[in-house]
Amino acid sequence: MSFLTLRIQRAAGQIGSVAVTLLGLLMLTFFIGRLMPADPVRAMVGEDATRETYEQVYRDLGLDRPLWEQFLYYLRDVASGDFGTSIRTGQPVIQDILHVMPATIELATFAIIIGALLGIPMGVLAAVCKDRWPDHAIRVVSLTGHSMPIFWTGMIALIVFYAHLGLVGGSGRMDQFYIGLVEERTGFLLIDSLLAGEMDVFWSAVNHVILPACLLGYSSAAYITRMTRSFMLDQLNQEYVTTARVKGLSQAQTIWLHAFGNIRVQLVTIVALAYGSLLEGAVLIETVFAWPGFGQYLTSNLIIGDMNAVMTCVLIVGVIFIGLNLLSDLLYRVLDPRTRS
Amino acid sequence: MDTLLDVSNLRIRYGGAAREAVRGVSFTLGRERLGIVGESGSGKSTVGRALLKLLPGATITADRLRFEDVDLTLLSEREMLKIRGRRMSMILQDPKFSLNPIRRVGDQVSETYLRHFRCSRREARERALAMLEAVKIRDPERVYRQYPHEVSGGMGQRIMIAMMLLADPDLVIADEPTSALDVTVRLQVLDILDNLVRNRGIGLIMISHDLNLVRNFCDRVLIMYAGQVVETLKAGDLERAEHPYTRGLLAAQPRIGGPRAPLSVLDRKPEWLEENA
Amino acid sequence: MTDMTHSIRMPASLRALGNIVLFLLRSPTSAFGLLVLALLVLAAVFAPWLATHDPYVQDLGNTLQAPGQGHPFGTDELGRDIFSRLVFGARITLTIIFLVSIVVGPIGLVIGTSSGYLGGRFDTVMMRITDIFLSFPSLILSLAFVAALGPSLNNAIVAIALTSWPPIARLARAEAMTFRNADYIAAARLQGASRLRIIVKSIMPMCLPSVLIRLTLNMATVILTAAGLGFLGLGAQPPLPEWGAMIATGRRYMLDNWWLVTYPGLAILSVSLAFNLLGDGLRDALDPKQMNRR
Repeated sequence: MSFLTLRIQRAAGQIGSVAVTLLGLLMLTFFIGRLMPADPVRAMVGEDATRETYEQVYRDLGLDRPLWEQFLYYLRDVASGDFGTSIRTGQPVIQDILHVMPATIELATFAIIIGALLGIPMGVLAAVCKDRWPDHAIRVVSLTGHSMPIFWTGMIALIVFYAHLGLVGGSGRMDQFYIGLVEERTGFLLIDSLLAGEMDVFWSAVNHVILPACLLGYSSAAYITRMTRSFMLDQLNQEYVTTARVKGLSQAQTIWLHAFGNIRVQLVTIVALAYGSLLEGAVLIETVFAWPGFGQYLTSNLIIGDMNAVMTCVLIVGVIFIGLNLLSDLLYRVLDPRTRS
Repeated sequence: MDTLLDVSNLRIRYGGAAREAVRGVSFTLGRERLGIVGESGSGKSTVGRALLKLLPGATITADRLRFEDVDLTLLSEREMLKIRGRRMSMILQDPKFSLNPIRRVGDQVSETYLRHFRCSRREARERALAMLEAVKIRDPERVYRQYPHEVSGGMGQRIMIAMMLLADPDLVIADEPTSALDVTVRLQVLDILDNLVRNRGIGLIMISHDLNLVRNFCDRVLIMYAGQVVETLKAGDLERAEHPYTRGLLAAQPRIGGPRAPLSVLDRKPEWLEENA
Repeated sequence: MTDMTHSIRMPASLRALGNIVLFLLRSPTSAFGLLVLALLVLAAVFAPWLATHDPYVQDLGNTLQAPGQGHPFGTDELGRDIFSRLVFGARITLTIIFLVSIVVGPIGLVIGTSSGYLGGRFDTVMMRITDIFLSFPSLILSLAFVAALGPSLNNAIVAIALTSWPPIARLARAEAMTFRNADYIAAARLQGASRLRIIVKSIMPMCLPSVLIRLTLNMATVILTAAGLGFLGLGAQPPLPEWGAMIATGRRYMLDNWWLVTYPGLAILSVSLAFNLLGDGLRDALDPKQMNRR
């Protein structure tokens, strides 16, 4: 009984802290939006509007009210799902973003799978071979992945693998002549093309996603490797590892049957965080690969100065980050018997 | 009496260390209970781990390191896997750390059996349950399903003993098996260990800093200081120790009903550090 | 009193610095890092002498020349010498690093130490704020700031600085909390020292070394973010020879003229790799657990 109340209290505390962070996020995006030197009214009414029209719009936008009141209006709008209208498309911003999101999620999910499949074994290997040559080699490989400007690597990869070797598809999500062939149901091209039974489109999509996904995957593998190594090193110093060895388990068995289970929880957290940072890489890589996703939407609106769209994008990234943190927290409780009981 | 273990001039140096941690240790062991006593850093635990060849990065040399019919110095890692757990095992100090926190204790116990015998999971489970009963765990079925954080220290150490004796080894090294336990359960746990070791004719090396404990539970005692054996004695002859270090250790023990003068302080003479060939 | 401790401490800390540099030079990877950074500084200082051409002068008769005679790294779409532009670009990179450090270091230090030492509600509020900043990837938040402030090199620097202080503040806070209950702080308090004085005179100097290391570690991220902003056209504006911006303009010609994007990218890669290697080495050098294992 008291245990249950404790649990509820903890959950309430967490919800409260998330709410405060969310409010802070909104405040931040709101005030960044107000920093803009350009005049939003002038942008709407045009250069040769009359003074009356200008003032009318000024009042309509609520700009004559004090700042905190404007913020409250902003909160009310956001709460009702109104993030403003995009200047370029004339559609609600949130609708635009929902439309481009699947492309990015498809890319990022592909990338995180590559990153985890690459990074976790490398990190384990580096920990096991600490201070010997595999460790040093892996350190250089992962630090390089950490240090490369991904937009540049993307271009070099395009030059080499697309232009010269012709191994992969170039820009975009699929070859030009397939565009519009598949009906959009989920927005995830790989799924849609399979649903429609269009195998050509499916393979074209795979061909296009593989290169940017590998690059993003490599950069997150760098991070995953380094974290896995340090988690693993911690575990290898634990006594239960010695116990397993005394029982007659080989080093490999000890690592995969015993130590790995203990870093699983931490790895989930790390992979979740890495997934969030992929969004950052996606902004740049989508520009290079003309990938019609969230990142490209953000940057193209940056260039034309559509602050509604930009700030909503920023807000969404923040929300995704908080969500991933919560999710990893939740998985932590599910996976670790010590927090389960 | 048949000799289980024959060690001569064992030397161990950790990677990057300036001095050897163990310098020329020699002893033999039959089916008996041998205590190794010394203060922390004397190299007693290092000897224990070296016998199982579980010191990554350390160099182990010895004139002789025979365990039953095998020469441990010549064994490859692959061959050691068949020795560890099956013929020689080790009970570690603190069950809080020596049990894997995220696996059920029963699975951890039966793993020893599965590793060394061709059998079904079911059979391994039966064996493990029987062994848990042998270490006087009342409700083995329930304990089998528990996680390490759900059992007490004394219970944890009994589980550890069950795990290490399950494959019926010939030699068990107990590395400070009771130091982490509550004083009240120490004797219980030692009793259980002692009974099992005696009934099954297992050779036991008990590593400890506790002179009284070793005196009561072992047949012979090895006193180590700074990586060397300074004296070997029958447990009953401990009072007649000759080496000043051993005498110092004995004098530093408090005794109920003994004189009330301040306990003497160990003095360590630099010449003991030199190697006595 | 303070003068005395200063005169004693300075040479000691200099010697410590010397030891650290020696340690770093012994490992090939961090030695490489130091070497690249030394080259970067030298290139920036001696840019006018190293450069073979004026980085801004166009030579329309000589555009898109492949690397070779006269132009070791080739020329760009306006006939400018890429090598010379890279050398001058080193100055921009150093400026970014320098300005970001002198903004971020003090902000992080002040916020971190005061919330760590004062604790209570001030601490809670400050840490909430850092949490909010930390819930964005740094590039995204910088993007937002630059978008609001308008694209320019200075605004990019401001934006990067605004987004990179929270980790520093976090670190300084953690450090300050460990010193907060130390006896010498209690002694200072008993002498009647004000909170401000304790924070400035006793806590901050103790937190300084780890903050400096963290700044070094963060430099790789700063450089990549700056290059990313430059690439998106939100950082340095043409004709400034900023490396990220050079890649952005070179992108249009990249399929036929690989050298336009390759060399600036290599420059960014090697500098950020150098900082990462150096940071890795510094961590080893200052980790007490590692020290006695050598």
